[in-house]
Amino acid sequence: MLDVRSCASLSEAAGILSGDRQALLIAGGTLVMRDVNEGRLTEGTLLRVTDPAFRQVSAGGARVEIGAGVTMAMVLSHRDLAYLHAPARGIGGPAIRTMATIGGNLFAQTPYGDFTVALLALGAEIVVQAGYGSGRAVPLEDFLAGRERGGQGLVTAVQFPRPQNPSEFLFRKISRVKPKGISVLSIAAHLPTSGGRLVQPRVAYGAMAPVPMRARGVERALDGKPLDAAAIQAARQAALEGCRPATDAIASDWYRREILPVHLGRLLAGEPR
Amino acid sequence: MLEMRKEIFADERDDNLNVVGKGVQRQDMPGHVTARTRFFDDHAFDGLLHLKVVRSPHHHARIRSIDVSAAERAPGVKRVLRGADVPVNKNTLLSLINFGKDDEPTLAVDKVRYKGEPVVAIIADSDAAALAARKLVRIDYEPLSPVFDVEEALKPGAPVVNETYPGNYFEYHQRFDHQKLRFGDVERAFTQADHVVEHRYQMSPIEHAPTETNGSIAAPEHNDRYVVHTCAQGLFFSLGTTAKIVDLESNRLHFIGGTVGGGFGGKVDSLSEPLAVLGAMLTAKPVRYVLDREEEMLYGSPRGAERIYVKDGVMRDGRIIARYIRSYFDAGAYTRLSSYAAIKCTAHVPGPYSIPNVASDIYVAYTNRCPSTAMRGFGVTAVDFALEVQMDRLAEAVNMDPMEFRILNAYRDGDMKAHRRVAKNTALVECVQVAAEKANWPISEQARRASSLTEGGGERGQIPATPLDQRGQIGRPESRNAPATQTLPASTTRIPLSKQPIFEGARDARPTPVQVPRYEAPPRYDPAIAPPPPQPAHQPVSAPPAPPPPAAPAQPQHGAVRFSSVFGTRRR
Amino acid sequence: MAKLPVQFRLNGSDRAGFVDPAGNLLDLLRRGLGDFAPKYGCGQGTCGVCTVLVDGEPQLSCLTLAISCDGRQIETASGMADGPNLHPLQQAFMDNFAAQCGFCTPGMLTAARALLARNPNPTRDEVVEAISGNICRCTGYEPIIAAILAAAAGGAGMRRA
Repeated sequence: MLDVRSCASLSEAAGILSGDRQALLIAGGTLVMRDVNEGRLTEGTLLRVTDPAFRQVSAGGARVEIGAGVTMAMVLSHRDLAYLHAPARGIGGPAIRTMATIGGNLFAQTPYGDFTVALLALGAEIVVQAGYGSGRAVPLEDFLAGRERGGQGLVTAVQFPRPQNPSEFLFRKISRVKPKGISVLSIAAHLPTSGGRLVQPRVAYGAMAPVPMRARGVERALDGKPLDAAAIQAARQAALEGCRPATDAIASDWYRREILPVHLGRLLAGEPR
Repeated sequence: MLEMRKEIFADERDDNLNVVGKGVQRQDMPGHVTARTRFFDDHAFDGLLHLKVVRSPHHHARIRSIDVSAAERAPGVKRVLRGADVPVNKNTLLSLINFGKDDEPTLAVDKVRYKGEPVVAIIADSDAAALAARKLVRIDYEPLSPVFDVEEALKPGAPVVNETYPGNYFEYHQRFDHQKLRFGDVERAFTQADHVVEHRYQMSPIEHAPTETNGSIAAPEHNDRYVVHTCAQGLFFSLGTTAKIVDLESNRLHFIGGTVGGGFGGKVDSLSEPLAVLGAMLTAKPVRYVLDREEEMLYGSPRGAERIYVKDGVMRDGRIIARYIRSYFDAGAYTRLSSYAAIKCTAHVPGPYSIPNVASDIYVAYTNRCPSTAMRGFGVTAVDFALEVQMDRLAEAVNMDPMEFRILNAYRDGDMKAHRRVAKNTALVECVQVAAEKANWPISEQARRASSLTEGGGERGQIPATPLDQRGQIGRPESRNAPATQTLPASTTRIPLSKQPIFEGARDARPTPVQVPRYEAPPRYDPAIAPPPPQPAHQPVSAPPAPPPPAAPAQPQHGAVRFSSVFGTRRR
Repeated sequence: MAKLPVQFRLNGSDRAGFVDPAGNLLDLLRRGLGDFAPKYGCGQGTCGVCTVLVDGEPQLSCLTLAISCDGRQIETASGMADGPNLHPLQQAFMDNFAAQCGFCTPGMLTAARALLARNPNPTRDEVVEAISGNICRCTGYEPIIAAILAAAAGGAGMRRA
């Protein structure tokens, strides 16, 4: 039978997770409780974290830190996280957003995980605490690559450099059912410019690979260029580099490949969905 | 907005409406908005037990062994059920009206025939305990080749899905592997047609996806009865099915329900009541069996997929002179209601059109898919899709406007329909005219002046000479391409019965009951219908031996004899 | 395994129960406390029929650990009416024929109630977003949207949460 333990500190939770292979963190419950309800999770210990640090937001400074237990609804209530409102609003419906956490979203299987796509485009690092030590920051890409292995420790927070110009951060979720629906795909792009040219743009996709991925071909095509029609055309041509979309109940891999360059082009050009 | 077109059929209609268009409140609305409406699961029971089912992971497999010992010992488990615990472990839904053979187990015994088929039931004191114990059941399967395509399943040599029907087809009237409709001579008409247009139409199974999943709660009640709260759309149907499977007199069952959280036809199969009642009988406690959402989507029966071939002969002036429909219902692994769907389909073709030569062969094929069931006009809606797309294609072939094409071919009052009934109260012409008007779709003056009340009957009211055949006899797939065997003369309304329909209803370890209306003498013809011209008794080309009548004495008939459409006979 | 105690306020009354550690709030409300307004439709967070308000915020009770609600305020559709007097949303649902089978109705009412408490004059798009987590298989949603807008127009958001 399943047991539940409440941990008053992040360290306590991290310590239990490192020592007990059958311990599992439950934050909002939107992923874990589904497995409980459907009988896939019947043994072990669920850990709840009541440490206030788990739900802290520090968004004003140059480096933003958001606790892993911060919910999508909390993100939506923070005006200084306005650039993350589009991805947060795309997660489920209002009740899901009350519960779903940004930490949990890191573990959501494709085609879910749209908030993580946004974090990837922001150059986020994941603060992981293994055992009773202190946390260390892991680049999100490395974290995602090691996700299926498990055993990385307790995710306590997400950090990223605050975008200097929030209007340079774009996000779009493509789904059939609106406003709430599972992604056919999602695209996040951070496009800082200096002197009219793009400087180290970061572009990320959701549902175009087994985990959220960087669109490196697009980034190379855009870096150092002005965001004009020629650059957008070059970006479209490089759009599918590295993509391995799945065929699932939402869409086929063929369909995802067909529409991705179209939606990327529209997003970069500021055209509607 | 309700618009009354009072000028249409003006002298036949009564527009004194009391309810239509008046916005009358539903009687259950106060309960809905106050959350007081009681669905089956909204009832509290002390000591409630929870039932979860172990399902086959294979599409088609032999069961070599089942080991429930670990599950029986698991915490919270009260009872584990297997096929041997079910008193009557073979049933077909329409046995209640004496149609078909028992073919479906409640819990599989030696074979599983679709992925998701129930094999073992676990009853425990909580959902979590039942789910944990479910993982401990060990079943050793020997996978078999599955067949998923309806036409592949009907080929000789295909894997046998359901041994009750070894040809993978439902056996109609103990004679044919399909249901026939014959009216006129389609083959000759095709040779005379200016265009012959044939297309294949295919639909997928459709999941009802009601917001409330299938389920029921059964509990011992006073007076040695069991009360059952169920989502069933038909309480008496479900009560009768359950009574048979658990071998209980029907007056010991008290079914409460009719408040359904969305049914759409998906809550007619009595998926949960028999096991819930059996659980209550064996534990003397209330037992709850509810499908979770994954089970509902994957294993709750869908609307059956259909493959429909429509072949039409049309003249260049737009008249359809021949229509042949060959259609396959995918019943999945068991019959359930598909046998009836094919008869409904046969009764529906060729659509609301006057066509002088019509034939159809409708098959019910068994495949290793989840058994299908009713949904929103089953037997009719899919074939209508096929027919109407076909009508558009025919209009295109003769270069005619599709609305005008339908008005031209629509049946009118007095026309003879392919089922040898005179069309009455037809209105397709007027429907198309009004639709064209609403859509600002221009149609010709002639089309605008057409009427269902005139232009019908006369020659169109005649029954043509009709070739009959013995194609597709049960157990003889080589007979599927045989030639016609005789021609029924024009104006023949009925074929005299050559033998009495007899159905078997085998139950495990029980003698074959008499389930069929037993005729002591040939049926009397209704004197209101002119008797057919004398002719020799209808001789099949090679008569299959008539099965010996069951030895049991004549018993009162079980079920409603008035379901004449199901039997193909008619009693007045 | 020992059951754990939970105490909270349900529709304004103090209630308590004992739950399995990993038991969900939906089971506690229905089977433990006899409140059948929230229902089971999917157990996955997709359908919304289990929606309740926890401290005023909409939440899916089938995915909520019961023990996480200790000390909270929980509201279900059972608590919307004031004795025999319907909540304006309930009346609006009746007047606009916003239910057929009725299974999604308690969840819809709860989602609508949360919306009007924070936004008494929603646009149609805002109403659609507020019920975007609730599935209805019967009505096609239009009567429900109309009912919520009608209730808002009648001041339902201002009068009571």
